[in-house]
Amino acid sequence: MAKEAKLEHMETPAQLEEFYRQMLFIRRFEEKCNVAYRLGKIGGYMHTYVGMEATAVGFNAALRRGWDYVITAYRDHPQPLLMGSDPVAVMAEIMGRSGGLSRGKGGSMHVYDIERGFFGGWGIVGGHIPLGGGLAFGAKYKGEDRVTVCYLGDGAANQGVVFETLNMAALWDLPIIFAIENNEFAMGTRLEYHAADTQLYKRGEPFGIKSERIDGMDVLEVLKDASRIVDYVRKEQKPYVVEIMNYRFNGHGAADNDRQLYRTKEEEEIHAKRDPIIRLETLMLERNIMTREKMEAIDEELTDQVEAIYEKADASPFPEAHEVYDNVYTDLEPEKGH
Amino acid sequence: MSATVELSYRDALSKAMAEELDRDENVLIMGEDIGRYQGTFRVTQGMFDKYGPRRIVDTPITEAGFTGIAIGAAMVGLRPIVEMMTMSFSILALDQIINHAAKVHYMTGGQASVPLVIRGPGGAAKQLSAQHTHCLEGWYAHVPGLKVVAPATAADAYGMLKTAVRDNNPVIFTENPGLYTVKGLVPDDLDFTVPFGKAQILKEGKDLSLIGYSRMTQVNLAAAEALAKDGIDVEVVDVRSLAPLDSETLEASLRKTHRGMVVYEDWKFGGFGAELAARLSESCFDDLDAPITRVGGLNVPTPYARNLELECIPDVDDVVAAVRAMG
Repeated sequence: MAKEAKLEHMETPAQLEEFYRQMLFIRRFEEKCNVAYRLGKIGGYMHTYVGMEATAVGFNAALRRGWDYVITAYRDHPQPLLMGSDPVAVMAEIMGRSGGLSRGKGGSMHVYDIERGFFGGWGIVGGHIPLGGGLAFGAKYKGEDRVTVCYLGDGAANQGVVFETLNMAALWDLPIIFAIENNEFAMGTRLEYHAADTQLYKRGEPFGIKSERIDGMDVLEVLKDASRIVDYVRKEQKPYVVEIMNYRFNGHGAADNDRQLYRTKEEEEIHAKRDPIIRLETLMLERNIMTREKMEAIDEELTDQVEAIYEKADASPFPEAHEVYDNVYTDLEPEKGH
Repeated sequence: MSATVELSYRDALSKAMAEELDRDENVLIMGEDIGRYQGTFRVTQGMFDKYGPRRIVDTPITEAGFTGIAIGAAMVGLRPIVEMMTMSFSILALDQIINHAAKVHYMTGGQASVPLVIRGPGGAAKQLSAQHTHCLEGWYAHVPGLKVVAPATAADAYGMLKTAVRDNNPVIFTENPGLYTVKGLVPDDLDFTVPFGKAQILKEGKDLSLIGYSRMTQVNLAAAEALAKDGIDVEVVDVRSLAPLDSETLEASLRKTHRGMVVYEDWKFGGFGAELAARLSESCFDDLDAPITRVGGLNVPTPYARNLELECIPDVDDVVAAVRAMG
């Protein structure tokens, strides 16, 4: 009963507006990142979350802020933004500035806010999944009721360490959610060309892990499913596999300029209709919760906010040259010079 | 001076781990067959019965996976000791060790650290063939963010393992299987530790510095004894800690003896001994009467046949012959 009451509460106008703001903020933030990338203000590899916002927003709302752990791969901008990190520090990190969360040492693919329970931010496909298992192992070892959400993509779902970690998570009853964000492409390779069984949630089944597939393009659906799953994992102290069907509207990374190599415009147009932000707008209009004018005003407000964040981040200096030696070890400096 | 007890290298490791388990609730040991089976090399013998499955964790045979779990657990404050059944198996976990553990502190800008020890036998045991006989310490020492140590004596095994467990960085702790039964006097002192980054002179001499680590230090000591009969007074320098490296002690020895030889079990080509020889040649060039030479493992996969295997590993005769060849 308590759970239902909570869900009802989640769907108050205030909550819907909050979700709307969160998703739109991420969208505008990521779009700004794309512009900054093209201007040469951001380098390296950068992967935006455009189109997938409902997944991170819905899941985040189901977690206990400042208590639960989140770890993901390199499409990692939205997580810290949702978990309370200073957005200027997130943008500054993406821009390689001293005001960044890691003082510019990590970059777009390696954003961390450990204090807030965000453990990155990893660049090797699948490599962070055992680490996620370790976060859950640590929480369990210490007798804490933290839940770990370990996001991974459909491409990562094929890596060997995923199966190793699933096995140990089940063997040791680790409180972890393997949240497979299935956006249907492993970089430029379509799901059916990279996975023998495209129903990726089934990867939990051989290990006796409860598994299911959910719609990741509807923020309310995500919240509903995530709340149930998070409650289960926290209460039962067991792992869970959830395959979240979503779609990225941008390329794999900012350097992916030719999406037509792996998908058609027509296909993108069909998926564009699943846009989680438009979906929520439609719902709010239908329920008379928000007017189009209000939505436009919020958009303008958030766009300005992102612009201000960018300006502040851009004003942050690059790290000092001597900092290159910092943080190699906790207690000693590496040898200096070439 | 505290009292000492005579212990084997293996028992020294075991004692150090037990004391650290007692000292800190966040210390635990993970690995294959370390618990119920008592450890392949028996380093964890008796621990499962004493500490139970929460702290002595038997893992599946999935090195990458459980090493990664240990790294994640370390990031939230545990201090796992991962036992590799042999260091050769750590190759399966290289991505976790190099691309994850070694990068955490740096990439997070110091927000997180990885107090993790990865220990186990590295180098030749006896006829374990090509896949179980790697000396990987040079590979690991190559990676910024990792500390790498290779103690040669029971006392150092004890004191350095305690230091490793208390260190807030990932530490690769290599134990040559040939050392497990070597006995030595170990301080009977819970607080005894051996700091990293300190080489030690195990035998003073004036004619030549024999520089090595792990089991090769024992070989060097025996070689020094043999050479003494020829009137050659060898100084034996035990590197102990590859990263961080104590260049000062090595250089001071060379400035005294003016001749140096580096002995290492790893493949000679591109091994850690090459790094030692190169940097000492640079820093001590004016003090040297001869180039620093190297004695290393043969550049072949380690063969099974005992006679061939022994061919691969530098022994006392090889070191003595190489010293004599220096003239």
